[in-house]
Amino acid sequence: MRLGSGVFAACCVVIQVLGVAVFLRGFFPVSLRPVSQVQPQPPAPEPAAGTSSNWTQLPPAIFRKVIIMLVDALRDDFVFGSKGVQFMPYTKYLMEKGFAHNFIAEAKPPTVTMPRIKALMTGSIPGFIDVVMNFNSPVLLEDNLIGQAKAAGKRVIFYGDDTWIKLFPKHFVEYDGTTSFFVPDFKEVDDNVTRHLDTVLKREDWDILILHYLGLDHIGHLTGPHSSLIGPKLKEMDYILKKIHISLLSKEKEASLPHLLVLCGDHGMSEAGGHGASSVEEVSTPLLLISSAFHRKMGNLQPPKHVQQTDLAATLAVGLGLPIPKNSVGSILYPVVEKRTMREQLRFLHLNSVQLSRLLQENVPMYEKDPGFQQFKVSEKLHGNWIKLYLEGNNSEVLLNLGKKVLKQYLDALKTLSMSLSKQVAQYDMYSMMVGAIIVLEITILLLLSTPKALCQNAAFEIPLSSSSFSLLFYLMVLILSAVHVIICTSAERTCFLCSISWLMAVGVMMLISALLCVIVALLTKTFENVRPSAQNLAASSSGWSELDLLILFGTLGHVLSLGASSFIEEEHQTWYFLINTLCLALGHEVFRNHFLGKDLDHNLAVEQNIKKNAKNVLQYKNDYVDVPETSKIYKASSSMELLPKVYEKWLQLASPWFILICCRLLRTLNQTGVQWAHRLDFGHWLTRGIIEARFVYVFVLGILFTGIKDLLKSQIIFADVSIKSLGLWDIYNGLVLLAALLLRPHNLPVLVFSLLIQAVMTKFIWKPLKHDAAQVTIMHYWFGQAFFYFQGNSNNIATLDISAGFVGLESFIEVPALFLTVFATYIGPILWAIHLLSFLSSENNRSSAISHASFCYALICSIPVSAYIILVTSLRYHLFIWSVFSPKLLYEGVHLFITATICVFFIVMDQTNLIKP
Amino acid sequence: MKILRPKDVKTKGMRQINVRGGSQRVLALCLLFVHFESLPYGERLQGSTMKDADIKRLFYVHIFCIVSIILTTFIPSFFLEDFSVLETHLTWLCICSMCVAIINVVLYLQVKPNPSSKRSSIFHKISRLLKSCVYFFISCLLFHAIIVLYGAPLIELMLETFLFAVILSTFTTLPCLCLLGPNIKAWLRVFTRNGATSIWDNSLQITTMSSVIGAWLGAFPIPLDWERPWQVWPISCTLGATFGYMAGLLISPVWIYRNRKQLTYKSR
Repeated sequence: MRLGSGVFAACCVVIQVLGVAVFLRGFFPVSLRPVSQVQPQPPAPEPAAGTSSNWTQLPPAIFRKVIIMLVDALRDDFVFGSKGVQFMPYTKYLMEKGFAHNFIAEAKPPTVTMPRIKALMTGSIPGFIDVVMNFNSPVLLEDNLIGQAKAAGKRVIFYGDDTWIKLFPKHFVEYDGTTSFFVPDFKEVDDNVTRHLDTVLKREDWDILILHYLGLDHIGHLTGPHSSLIGPKLKEMDYILKKIHISLLSKEKEASLPHLLVLCGDHGMSEAGGHGASSVEEVSTPLLLISSAFHRKMGNLQPPKHVQQTDLAATLAVGLGLPIPKNSVGSILYPVVEKRTMREQLRFLHLNSVQLSRLLQENVPMYEKDPGFQQFKVSEKLHGNWIKLYLEGNNSEVLLNLGKKVLKQYLDALKTLSMSLSKQVAQYDMYSMMVGAIIVLEITILLLLSTPKALCQNAAFEIPLSSSSFSLLFYLMVLILSAVHVIICTSAERTCFLCSISWLMAVGVMMLISALLCVIVALLTKTFENVRPSAQNLAASSSGWSELDLLILFGTLGHVLSLGASSFIEEEHQTWYFLINTLCLALGHEVFRNHFLGKDLDHNLAVEQNIKKNAKNVLQYKNDYVDVPETSKIYKASSSMELLPKVYEKWLQLASPWFILICCRLLRTLNQTGVQWAHRLDFGHWLTRGIIEARFVYVFVLGILFTGIKDLLKSQIIFADVSIKSLGLWDIYNGLVLLAALLLRPHNLPVLVFSLLIQAVMTKFIWKPLKHDAAQVTIMHYWFGQAFFYFQGNSNNIATLDISAGFVGLESFIEVPALFLTVFATYIGPILWAIHLLSFLSSENNRSSAISHASFCYALICSIPVSAYIILVTSLRYHLFIWSVFSPKLLYEGVHLFITATICVFFIVMDQTNLIKP
Repeated sequence: MKILRPKDVKTKGMRQINVRGGSQRVLALCLLFVHFESLPYGERLQGSTMKDADIKRLFYVHIFCIVSIILTTFIPSFFLEDFSVLETHLTWLCICSMCVAIINVVLYLQVKPNPSSKRSSIFHKISRLLKSCVYFFISCLLFHAIIVLYGAPLIELMLETFLFAVILSTFTTLPCLCLLGPNIKAWLRVFTRNGATSIWDNSLQITTMSSVIGAWLGAFPIPLDWERPWQVWPISCTLGATFGYMAGLLISPVWIYRNRKQLTYKSR
């Protein structure tokens, strides 16, 4: 089968996208633990040695009413730090008076709202894929606190972020949701919660009240944690807390049981104002438990203890007299129960550790060897002894001491159990991962093998598809793989994705894999047959590699290798800035050589002699004490007499790489992404402050419009005779530029302007005069596209994802356009550069095969990092940073590959119309 | 090719000792030793032996440079308190670039691989010297600009960045100035593909390229979160440049020796 290299590349990338999708499906298992229907188990009875205890029921509730005040993005220093002292006086007063237990609760990444709500309410650690599901939150099926409360007949009222309502659609007796997607709104969104407070606090018909305030998070997203807006917002929160607390206190006088007021944050806020990653600022949230049941000694305000966010679920369950959620990995916050009697305390801790050890039994096959489990067994036995002594009526010092010992044992056991359960991250679906990785790898190898042929003059080559797909090898492979599939699916105890799809599709996947393998084998044998005649050819071609080619090769390889280190992934923008800087310097060198030393110095003896003559001249001049720069000036002046505009252009050409370098240096200061240098002041933040912003926006929009119109006119005047297609392409390009201008944040508009400027300069002064071939131009476009991805402020981290772009011009959240707009806004850099590449190549129109070469190169250079990264991630899947660093990058790579596939398809569609039309 | 008599060497060596003081006595002695070692080869100038002798001279000169760079890492600790390459990096940078500069100038004046034009008056020499200084300063500024363009902070850590530029210029521009003089055309000739006219030009190409590449590679560990003292700006880059320079010094005689059959230089 004969295929053009562009079509071939597009097909390959589309198949590769499928492979990556399968891999991702295996890498991010949707449900962490099997969601079996919760059968209400009888609570574990109190252990007792010999005699059976008379206390088999759940212990009664400690608190009558619980109010959870959740402030989105409340960072620990907003309450415990200097900001807390300044802006939250009442909270400070409560802490000092000893009415509150204060903790710093550590949230697990991803620090995004929905997984955090799940963690708070179920006590489990949600998987990374919940971030993606964050935009489309499904009903929470796992055993959770709200479900337990509803089953126990408690009445729950909720006001705040409507994520809760999606998670718990039928659980609240009364609710009012606010949407979290209109980020610029930070007053109404909180007023809509607060307006219900007065009436609700007067009423008696509820048991749990949950308030979720979003304003602080919005302020953080827009202006960062040091903005002047933070203070008033914290004051507002403090005022609300005071109101709730006073009303609770007034009610308590007639009530038998105390109330509990919980102030917590779901996640923190990074120094840039976003959240999602795992920096200390993002994972540290305050957790305040306020109740009149707590009496600590006044004055000794201890620094808050570090606990896990998941501990809250267990604590609240115990506090409300509910069973602890089944999948909770948290342990009770001991200070909450320390005022109860010893028997009750032990009972609570026992219930908690029974629940944890059950969870351990379900998840770890070798649970008996777990130190936590062993500790639990020991303490349960001791507990039994204590109960026996207690029931016998022994009331001496011995009982108290033994009780204290048991307590300590339990607390240690809980800590160890909780730790070892937290380490139990999601189980990977290795089978799907393997299948996906194999497809991706096969495609990359196929692309690499066909590179020499695909980049030849006619850009078309023979694919041995039909011959290889009917060979014996193919049938054999299909049979073997199907057998393996059946064996794996029948023996696997865990559900895996490939086994759950229909067998026809599974066989299709197997056929795809074996067909690709057969094609690779056929191509390999073909190249080995031809290797002898082409060996000399290859040697000749490798010696003809310029510095630019070497740089491109080593840059690509270096980037792929750098993906193995988590720091390099966090700071990937540095890699790209470094590479394009070097590229610009190399281009500068090339331009310089091109102008001063002639083109083919190596073989052109005449030029060499000429230069020697020059050198001799210089020597003479030197001997006559004439400055060398002056001689060159004279030399240039004499030549400029003849070709004045040409010299002018020459200097422009010489200056252009330096100009680009300066542009890039300016852009780099605009958005500090990454981790290590994130504290450096963003130039962009300076732009968003004050009124200057608006003026800048107008100036830049006008500038972009002007460039767009100029481009359009230029294409009409210059290229009208060439073809209408290139005009259309420039139109598309301009349309995309305008869309980008609409979607980008105001302070990012300079990125767009500089991108257009650099494209214009490169086209005019570098690519056209130096006559780079399509492959080189493509790879340069790719590099610049990647660099602009980071110039725009993106990083390999979910926190920098700008979701507000998805709501430009939309009344409410509509999934498809919002998703499209968000993806486009994120990948503006690569997309614009790719479309520019297409328009540039089609308007150049020097060779018909240029576009298919470009498409092939683009596919190749995108698929190499993806396949290398997939192998790396598979081998590093138990790395400490797998969820915080490697997984987000994997998602970014997957989306990038998808975009590449779209671009490649677009390329070949353009190329085909070109072939048909003339 | 001008052959130096031992007398010249001695006077130059003595001057060296007077200027630098006792700390450099060891270096001066080494200098004398290297020179005497290289003398017998300089006398035989016929045919292919000349090239071999040149290569040997090149080798000794380079070895001397390497030894002196190594010495700068621990000799100053006898005279300065708390001296270490990593902690007092800037001091080391100054010492190292000074030392390399002096050794380069002295050695190339001694060895004189490219005899300068015959008509050389005092005035001419002074103008050449001044021009060389200006060129060196310009190259420092240029390197500084390039480093800033690569992402070094613009205002803070200016001194560090500038000293990095200085040591890079010492490794690259200074040998060019010594060998080729302040002569842009000659530089352009040497740094084109087949532009070398002697083994000195070849070694110049190799050492310059390797120091620049070393500095380039030295930037790689900076983003890693290992929190090592040598990851602080600009230590890894300067160390990279230094190692690159030393590697170039070692590689160039070996490379020239291995390719001596292929290297045919047209007569100047």
